[in-house]
Amino acid sequence: MDGTSPSRTAPAASSVGVLDTIPKLLLRNAAQYGGRPAMRHKDFGIWQTWTWSRLKDEVRTLAIGLRKLGLERGDKVAIIGDNRPRLYATFTAVQSLGAIPVPVYQDAVADEMAYVLEHAEARLAVVEDQEQVDKVISIADRLPRLARVVYDEERGLADYDHERLHSYVRVLELGREEMRANAGAEGWWLDEIGKGKGADVSVMLYTSGTTGRPKGVMLTYDNIIMSARNANTFDGFGPDDLLLAYLPMAWVGDHIFSYGQAYAGAMCVCCPESPETVVEDRREIGPTYFFAPPRVFENLLTQIMVRMEDAGSLKKRMFHYFLGVARRCGEDILNGKPVSAQDRLLYRLGNLFVYAPLRNRMGFSRTRVAYTAGEAIGPELFQFYRSLGVNLKQLYGQTEASVYITMQPDGEVYPDTVGKPAPDVEIRIADSGEVLFKSPGVFLKYYKNDEATQATKTADGWVHTGDAGFFDQRGHLKIIDRAKDVGRLNNGALFAPKYLENRIKFYPEVREAVAFGQGHDYVTMFINIDLTSVGNWAERNNVSYASYQELAAHPQVYDIVARRVDELNKALSAEPQMAASQIRRFLILHKELDADDGELTRTLKVRRSFIAERYAPLITALYSGSETCHVRTEVTFEDGRKGIAEGDVRIVDMPTYPAQSLEPVREAAE
Amino acid sequence: MKADVEPRPGAASLKEAGEVLLSVEGVSLSFGGVRALRDVSFDIRKGEIRAIIGPNGAGKTSMLNVINGFYHPQQGVITFKGKRRHDMRPYLAASQGIARTFQNVALFKGMSTLDNIMTGRTLKMRRGILAQAIYWGVSQREEIRHREAVEHIIDFLEIKHIRKTPVGKLPYGLQKRVELGRALATEPDLLLLDEPMAGMNLEEKQDMSRFILTVNDTFSTTIALIEHDMGVVMDLSDRVVVLDYGQKIADGRPDEVQKDQKVIDAYLGIPH
Repeated sequence: MDGTSPSRTAPAASSVGVLDTIPKLLLRNAAQYGGRPAMRHKDFGIWQTWTWSRLKDEVRTLAIGLRKLGLERGDKVAIIGDNRPRLYATFTAVQSLGAIPVPVYQDAVADEMAYVLEHAEARLAVVEDQEQVDKVISIADRLPRLARVVYDEERGLADYDHERLHSYVRVLELGREEMRANAGAEGWWLDEIGKGKGADVSVMLYTSGTTGRPKGVMLTYDNIIMSARNANTFDGFGPDDLLLAYLPMAWVGDHIFSYGQAYAGAMCVCCPESPETVVEDRREIGPTYFFAPPRVFENLLTQIMVRMEDAGSLKKRMFHYFLGVARRCGEDILNGKPVSAQDRLLYRLGNLFVYAPLRNRMGFSRTRVAYTAGEAIGPELFQFYRSLGVNLKQLYGQTEASVYITMQPDGEVYPDTVGKPAPDVEIRIADSGEVLFKSPGVFLKYYKNDEATQATKTADGWVHTGDAGFFDQRGHLKIIDRAKDVGRLNNGALFAPKYLENRIKFYPEVREAVAFGQGHDYVTMFINIDLTSVGNWAERNNVSYASYQELAAHPQVYDIVARRVDELNKALSAEPQMAASQIRRFLILHKELDADDGELTRTLKVRRSFIAERYAPLITALYSGSETCHVRTEVTFEDGRKGIAEGDVRIVDMPTYPAQSLEPVREAAE
Repeated sequence: MKADVEPRPGAASLKEAGEVLLSVEGVSLSFGGVRALRDVSFDIRKGEIRAIIGPNGAGKTSMLNVINGFYHPQQGVITFKGKRRHDMRPYLAASQGIARTFQNVALFKGMSTLDNIMTGRTLKMRRGILAQAIYWGVSQREEIRHREAVEHIIDFLEIKHIRKTPVGKLPYGLQKRVELGRALATEPDLLLLDEPMAGMNLEEKQDMSRFILTVNDTFSTTIALIEHDMGVVMDLSDRVVVLDYGQKIADGRPDEVQKDQKVIDAYLGIPH
């Protein structure tokens, strides 16, 4: 693969009049907002800023350098690493040459990575550091097409064989040398950008997939730019907005928010110093737009609650008092509803003493809009943030839609729905209850998988989401669960496992849960305790433990969790559809569910069928009435080595409550 | 990461030709009647990783303390960078380019990671107390320069997330890393590590091994380390000196030392 040099034509006028590709948006932003920040990155403890014109220079030099390395139109380029400006610049540089970036989850183990790189037929990989280089080298013999690897962070790589390995800085040098030697290089680059069209494939995103091998979703520039523009208009985002890019670049959300929307709206994207410093970095940056999966909001709340336990009694009393005030009237104030003068005054005081400092601590001081999606969020959790004055909203989307399917408009935010159809999106509910949509963001197809494409996308452009849901009287969509996961108990009552899991997960002691009940007489549950919260309790109560396993099996921990399950059962008994889903028996798993073991997806969703298969003996025990069950599981460590987690797991019986409503359960479910 | 911990063929042979950075000749040290070191001689060559091993109470830490100038041997001579001396003072050792970490972490617990590492730059600061008290101007520029050096160390050791955390709150493995950072801040020619992996789990040990090798590789810092984990010693070091009851019983490449009958006896406990 020898680099043919860019054609030596004189600079020609490029057809950048139509802003239908990301590289064209880059040129527009550099011309219109040249001096304004495009990206920020914390490096050596200081926030460094790239303006739009700096970003354009970087992208141009890099693109010309990549061309010298032999990158051709239509080639696929794997991009692997944490969110950093250089990797985002690589996306645009690759796109400017008409090649297609394929971001890969950076924490994927070598085998998963091999599958994606092989399937995508990547010719070039641009990776973050030695860790990723090592992974790519370890699978290189499975990737005959992969010609070169470019790395950003040079540490530890000096002694590596540099025949096919290049540092990012070296590629920039190549680009600079070419630009010095060839006056037409920049013009050539602009011409290449001019050749791009909205209908071209802009990116391939591999969905982590709750079942089977990942699929490569091909999105066009039209998909991305139209979805991004619609979303920006919906919430009024523009050049003054700031967001923090910290979720995996391989995930469609990050690609739309931190890339598509940022380019379309000329917003500033900030990259954290390292994955461990996100919370601190968010506080320093104060993003105006923030997205996080419910898990992040859950963790934040848990951390705050744990820290409040350590606070002095005056602070504690103040915290709880004003939290009560917020619960009573905070949401109404945010929604602009009438609130009594006394409450208004109290809320203002609370804002001064509690809410504003809390928002500051969490990095939400300047947040105009925060979104959450990916999983249903517990109503209490959702309302907690809203009552503090954080405009947290829900959206519903997926990779195949370029994210947006439904969004909650300001003033119409309900915790139990995911909002109204997003701009230009049509939604229809199939007879089976499955949600189907049609929108400008609908993906082109799955790469090299026509069978899956046809199964998902109908001939007239409707896409099956795989989720079951319905519209309520307000015209808002409610998602119950994955269509294939919603089932029935043997008595015919509705069984929505996700719903139950989310309810129990709101308790700080519970980190993860998996409910069972399909085809059984009653509902049972696996529970993972939250090590932060329960560990803190253990410290306070002089409970000693050596490992997660030991703490999870502690009788007092079981008692705490049993109390939580009991509370949930009581609450469920008051809900007509769910009264039959009270949890009859539960156990606490001996190990944490982990993506490395395949139990969670890379986006940390529970892989239900895999877990059911893997822990079949435990499920049998849950329904056989036995008191304990011995379990032995293989675990995978981060470096790919394997070990065994083994132990006895105790099963607890729970009392259930009679349904408080006399409505027949059967009918309510239908 | 695995690739790092494997012995590096070629590296050792290159270093064999290296000049001697520090040599210890006939050093004896006793505390009252206890003879901690008896006529010990060995050398450390420029650029190598030199391990000092031995059973408990063999005199390893005493040896390090002698090199470091903390103990003054009754007999013997130490030559460092060509200068012979009977003993050293710790501050002299530090100013001449010897830095160390301790078996039991010795950091300022109430100070942040950043400040702890900054203390390692003290010797490099040139401004007087008065100028520092006024701060603006020269002192500020100096501070910025040193802060930059410290930030590079923080980046290198991957401790960005605890930059402002008081070290007393950190887990042990991270404290060890901060201590290494402080030693590196002095830009030493010779780095003495007293049990850098004690009390660490496997992952922490791997991380630490990686840091030690990278320090040795990229900054060509000579390293002398005491370690109990034989796997670590065999993988990391170019040469090993073995002490037992204050005496040197073996000296050579890890694979040679491993086969030495005297070493095996010392570890398995043959009666003396």
